[in-house]
Amino acid sequence: MRAILTVVGRDTVGILAKVSTLCSECNINVIEVSQSILQDMFCMIMLVDVSKSNVEFTRFAAKCDELGKQLGLSVNAMHEDIFNSMHRI
Amino acid sequence: MINTHDILETINMIREENLDIRTITMGISLLDCADGDIEKSCRKVYDKICFKAQNLVKTGENIEKEYGIPIINKRISVTPIAMVSAASNGDPLKYAKALDKAAKEVGVNFLGGYSALVQKGFASGDERLIRSIPEALASTDRICSSVNIGSTKTGINMDAVALMGKIVKESAQLTKDKGLVGPSKLVVFCNAPDDNPFMAGAFHGAGEPECVINVGVSGPGVVRAALSKIPDADITEVADTVKKTAFKITRVGQLVASVASQRLNVPFGIVDLSLAPTPAVGDSVAHILEEMGLEKCGACGTTACLALLNDAVKKGGVMASSHVGGLSGAFIPVSEDAGMIDAARSGSLLIEKLEAMTAVCSVGLDMIAIPGDTPAEVISGIIADEAAIGMINSKTTAVRVIPAIGKKDGEEIEFGGLFGVSPIMKVSTASPAKFINRGGRIPAPIQSLKN
Repeated sequence: MRAILTVVGRDTVGILAKVSTLCSECNINVIEVSQSILQDMFCMIMLVDVSKSNVEFTRFAAKCDELGKQLGLSVNAMHEDIFNSMHRI
Repeated sequence: MINTHDILETINMIREENLDIRTITMGISLLDCADGDIEKSCRKVYDKICFKAQNLVKTGENIEKEYGIPIINKRISVTPIAMVSAASNGDPLKYAKALDKAAKEVGVNFLGGYSALVQKGFASGDERLIRSIPEALASTDRICSSVNIGSTKTGINMDAVALMGKIVKESAQLTKDKGLVGPSKLVVFCNAPDDNPFMAGAFHGAGEPECVINVGVSGPGVVRAALSKIPDADITEVADTVKKTAFKITRVGQLVASVASQRLNVPFGIVDLSLAPTPAVGDSVAHILEEMGLEKCGACGTTACLALLNDAVKKGGVMASSHVGGLSGAFIPVSEDAGMIDAARSGSLLIEKLEAMTAVCSVGLDMIAIPGDTPAEVISGIIADEAAIGMINSKTTAVRVIPAIGKKDGEEIEFGGLFGVSPIMKVSTASPAKFINRGGRIPAPIQSLKN
């Protein structure tokens, strides 16, 4: 299963490092990363493969939430199919 | 990969704009549970529901966690109990108890189908079941009831209309100390759909398969937010925006429905494309109408805005799902919609306007509190008027009014939770008693010469 991980908020040093450390701790492979500034906000989107993850996906999503709170950002992980079904015919 | 804007839009819809799956409803046929021995029949009903729906709540919760989309309710609809109880001709309350026990066992919050379909007349068991509704709703916690009293093909059964006025009133009397939960779980329909997943009017129609998964989506907040981004657009663009938004909302419903159906190994039935409000801020249908340019819901122009909204939701949703059904459209339950509550309080939304609105939206007079001393004949009159709108326009209409025992118009009652708060609305006190007490049937309407 693949998931989409989004990070939105004020740009600070080390965001990418911290998020990828979390992924690697959970044995989650990062497939693609894109970064942009949208409406003055730092916005990073990662496509990750969670099929070999060592934690349940819901646990990983909760960890993302926690990390977001620590960094003062919004970090969100969601199943890729939600986005595919909504935006692709 | 999908572009950034689309991804953020989806996350925003769920996090900020209350996009959710309102309900996954499992429809279960109980036709094979009929038995001459009522005890045996009730046992079969209980066992069948517990077996079929054993994994429903858990599966729903898992999908919710995995996909990150809230699924608010997991529910069950069953074959109208009047059909099952006819075989034994025993006390239908025994079924109500068995259903309530089964609902609690599998963990669903509501089970619909304590119902009778009497649009043309009462069959064996129908009248007995209808007369037991007030007691059934007062003595159980999770049972919902509905009665279909008319249809475009059969006309309106006025004997049933007269009876239902009394039943609604009695139901309020019996639950006056329990927050009037009785009438809030009782819907009187014209043209009731067989596959509606929404309570309180859900039941599993006679032509439905053995077991089926129906999903009801929601998201008034998402539609309102989309419209707030185009404050000066013309109406064509407004309709287009609603359509596109409804498409996206429904795609999520379709995804959840297909995953749930696969995991439960139960066929997928339909997605119900409804905009179902809740009293939460930002989850109101009235606010969508106000976003279109009305000062307050209930203003002149409300019916036109609602017609546009209802039609655009259907157009967008139909393309997004492989099977669409149920009620599909905008709901306008007064007590469950923050904008409607405000409008009713301020006096801009009256019951007469709501009646006009029901001619162009998906349901009917829904969750409206009326004065407690409203006579049963007046309630029957309200039911007859709504049923007439449904019958002539070939659409579903319904009545779920709450006689607020001991209160007058201008006061308010609080139902709590999803049922919300309701200002008590003024109802015309002129009596329709002579008309209601005549009995008989309103003949089925002509389907041509449509003027």
